[in-house]
Amino acid sequence: MSKHVVIDPITRIEGHLRIEAVIDDNNIIQEAYSSSTMFRGIEEILKGRDPRDCGLLAMRICGVCTGTHYQRSIEAVEHAFNVTIPKNARIVRNLMQGGLYIHDHIVHFYHLHALDWVDITKALEADPKKTVEEAQKWAKLSGQRAWNASEDNYAAVQERVTKYVKQGRLGIFGNAYWGSKAYKLTPEQNLIGLSHYLDALDLQREVAKAQAIFGGKNPHPQSIVVGGVTCVQDIKNPVRVAEFKDIIQKALKFTKEAYLPDVYMAGTMYADEALEGVGAGIGNFMSYGDFNLDDLPFYKSSKLFPSGIVMNKDLSKVYELDQTKITEDVTHAWYEGTTNKHPYDGVTNPKYTGFREKKDGIAYLDTDNKYSWIKSPLYDDERMEVGPLARMVVGVAKGDKKITDHVTKFLKNGNLPTKVLFSTVGRTAARAIETELMCEEVINWCDELAVNVANGDLSTWTEFDFDKVAKDAQGFGMAEAPRGSLGHWVKIKDGKVVNYQAVVPSTWNAAPKDYKGRLGAYEASLVGTKVVNPDEPLEIIRTVHSFDPCIACAVHIVDTNGKELAVYKVDPVGGCRA
Amino acid sequence: MIDSQEMVKKVFTQNSARIDTNKGDAYYNSLFEKAKSRLSALRKQPALKDIDLMEVVESEGVNRRDFMKWASATTATLMLPPMFTPLVAEATELMNRVPVVWIELQDCAGNSEAILRSATPTVDDLLFDVLSLEYHHTLQAASGHQAEHQLEDAIHTFKGKYLLFVEGAIPKAMNGQYGTIGPGGETFEENLNRLSKDAAAVVAVGTCATFGGIPAAAPNPTGAVGVMDIVKGKPIVNIPACPANPANMVGVVLHYVLTGQVPELDSLLRPKFAFGYRIHDNCERRAHFDAGEYVEEWGDEGAKNNWCLYKMGCKGPMTFNNCSIIRYNEGANWPIGVGRGCIGCSEPDFWDKYAYERPMADANIKAPTGGVEKTVDEFGLGLLTATSIGIGVHAVASAVAGKRTVHSEDEE
Repeated sequence: MSKHVVIDPITRIEGHLRIEAVIDDNNIIQEAYSSSTMFRGIEEILKGRDPRDCGLLAMRICGVCTGTHYQRSIEAVEHAFNVTIPKNARIVRNLMQGGLYIHDHIVHFYHLHALDWVDITKALEADPKKTVEEAQKWAKLSGQRAWNASEDNYAAVQERVTKYVKQGRLGIFGNAYWGSKAYKLTPEQNLIGLSHYLDALDLQREVAKAQAIFGGKNPHPQSIVVGGVTCVQDIKNPVRVAEFKDIIQKALKFTKEAYLPDVYMAGTMYADEALEGVGAGIGNFMSYGDFNLDDLPFYKSSKLFPSGIVMNKDLSKVYELDQTKITEDVTHAWYEGTTNKHPYDGVTNPKYTGFREKKDGIAYLDTDNKYSWIKSPLYDDERMEVGPLARMVVGVAKGDKKITDHVTKFLKNGNLPTKVLFSTVGRTAARAIETELMCEEVINWCDELAVNVANGDLSTWTEFDFDKVAKDAQGFGMAEAPRGSLGHWVKIKDGKVVNYQAVVPSTWNAAPKDYKGRLGAYEASLVGTKVVNPDEPLEIIRTVHSFDPCIACAVHIVDTNGKELAVYKVDPVGGCRA
Repeated sequence: MIDSQEMVKKVFTQNSARIDTNKGDAYYNSLFEKAKSRLSALRKQPALKDIDLMEVVESEGVNRRDFMKWASATTATLMLPPMFTPLVAEATELMNRVPVVWIELQDCAGNSEAILRSATPTVDDLLFDVLSLEYHHTLQAASGHQAEHQLEDAIHTFKGKYLLFVEGAIPKAMNGQYGTIGPGGETFEENLNRLSKDAAAVVAVGTCATFGGIPAAAPNPTGAVGVMDIVKGKPIVNIPACPANPANMVGVVLHYVLTGQVPELDSLLRPKFAFGYRIHDNCERRAHFDAGEYVEEWGDEGAKNNWCLYKMGCKGPMTFNNCSIIRYNEGANWPIGVGRGCIGCSEPDFWDKYAYERPMADANIKAPTGGVEKTVDEFGLGLLTATSIGIGVHAVASAVAGKRTVHSEDEE
């Protein structure tokens, strides 16, 4: 008899996510459903406001990718106003966004994802001396010495956690799937993971501090305005730039000596699953592109991560991104109608139909009908996966040298075939590969900023005549968040926002089925997975976590005024007047 | 029926107790004795975690002297006289006697992210040694049923003893179904009611949990409210700001450990130790305000010279918070430091009243009257009585602001 498993809350994510799965007698997942259970209506809140204020509010769509939302919102308005920001502002925005990637990936891997791979209780059985050898083994793959690998350190970590465990209450580490057969690391490998979990807690605090240097605080920075940035004194002070660079250099060292080796280690221990493609999912990948490398308007600028589409894991072909092909379908989302239209044409009224039934204290989603607050976005009527893996795949398919070099180096060092990338392991690996690349770029950008300031350029803002440009305008800001493609669209009339729309990473990935019954990325990645013990669905958690769910931002409503929006046309590049 | 949000707004405009920075020897002596007996009682309680904090502190490369320096700074943050420093240090060691359950409702996780940035104490100390954190959605190892059981076990074991930290607003519209959680599909409101029932006190962190914040901004599509609109018959502490400063979160726990009570609160239920002063009172750019030197547009000469941001819409004069003193991310910076005005994120309804960047004369906000060191309650009065004073008038007046301040306070 098949088993219907309900997992709610999915923890170690941002936001409220429920996963339901139907598992057959062989413990294989037959059906999977992804549901977001929280709704706020931020786009509705943005309507009627001054477009210059949108960024502050729109960034609060999420407390994790906050800086990304902030920048996209400001860019959408800049696009509408036809404002191009000065070089210093572009570099500082890149630094803040780069810092965000590095922070986010490290926190994701160690604090949100690692406990799906690392069994803390097993780490206590490890031999600290052997652990040093083990750590050096994995670090050597990329020619590094292992991070903080000493017998003393491992013994101290063990002692600290043993003491903690002996208290009898494990606090936030309590009642997890410890001891599950789905954990495959050796005690020594678990101890390495645990030790880095602790070190990364310190490091992430530092990286957040770096972002605060130019952002004022983290999360929710405050230095970006329409036309540029406000942090003039931090830009012109070489000590501040050096402080930022120092922190990122430390993050790079950690990434080379701990993060990448840990991914080689996990990747090797779970290589069979990776080769089988466990957790692969849809196989269609999309990137909006990110990081402007020149001072053209952002939608014309060359990018560190190129935009594009790859279909069916076929790296030999890559399609140019055309944002007019983005549509959203609400057949299985708690909104009125079933239409599949471009966001600007969508008529969206909340229509909550609740759970199918509640039985024995458990509620079940009405999976034949509506079952999530997240809509189902489509690109050219196809389902897409977004995220670091998509960025790497699109980058390689486009022949981007930096990305291809990093991916190739990773696979060669880890002695892994390209195939492993299309899996849960691959998704996790892509994030580590990207962190190294990102650190290197950010360090260069620090120098770029210092040189530009030293040459006497202190310009941080481009002036514009608000009364003129905000009469009748529209624009979008599209780039990548650490977890995938994130775009904001804004329409402005007589100085006020008349429509606001965001299509974000977890909308793409965590979406429910669409009007054709095709699965969302989480759902597709779960179907076919074997679960060792359905009462301890560690495999489900692991695969869902590999996407780094960030749900608050995916939950939204768009305009209810369908007619007015129907005449709104969007030019994919450049044109920004209605 | 006036709901409590409305009441809060009313209270905001009424006169009530002002913050006393010095309450006199008798008061402090009695509090000192009380704290001492509280700590010795706590020490006798079975430890939830038997950790020698000094050992931990030293293992982090911090010596006793540095730790006492931190304790002394924290004592000042809590607005207590220096004699309390040893007690604050001791209370830090005993913080893990007070279990904390942290839940997330209609939120963005910004406050959870903020606590991850905690530097004093550091987050790993908080997680493993200092706090007895029993449940935390963003960091919790277990998911689903296992997480739910962990939570039930904690509230059962620590009935009447735990502090419930709440992050995020609570949607009231559509019978609360804009947010559900757990295998049973409980609404956020039901969840909050169930978990707060046996809490010693409820701590609302961030402006969403305190005043409704983002989801409650106009037109409030989901009927979002803050914790104090739902929870009745419990001590409630509001730590607003977007996100709340982790130093203030730790401060509230520390105060509770020290005294067995929630700290003294203002009329918006905010701890006076953190929200007793306006940003403006301790702003690093204050001298420029007094001298009438303002940034007039982003990136101008004023901006390059760190002049006052009042004309760019800074809400420091009407915002009560200690960020001008403790700042963010280990003191790395703060919004005014990066040349952007304060958006008033620790005040009710700030999204609809304060969060914009134009000069105040252009908006519906009245320019501030009176001077420094006003309490939230007195200041509310000032806001109401002042008519729209133009920025130009104020700029001239501010040249002699120091004198005017004393004068106008006397008048009131």
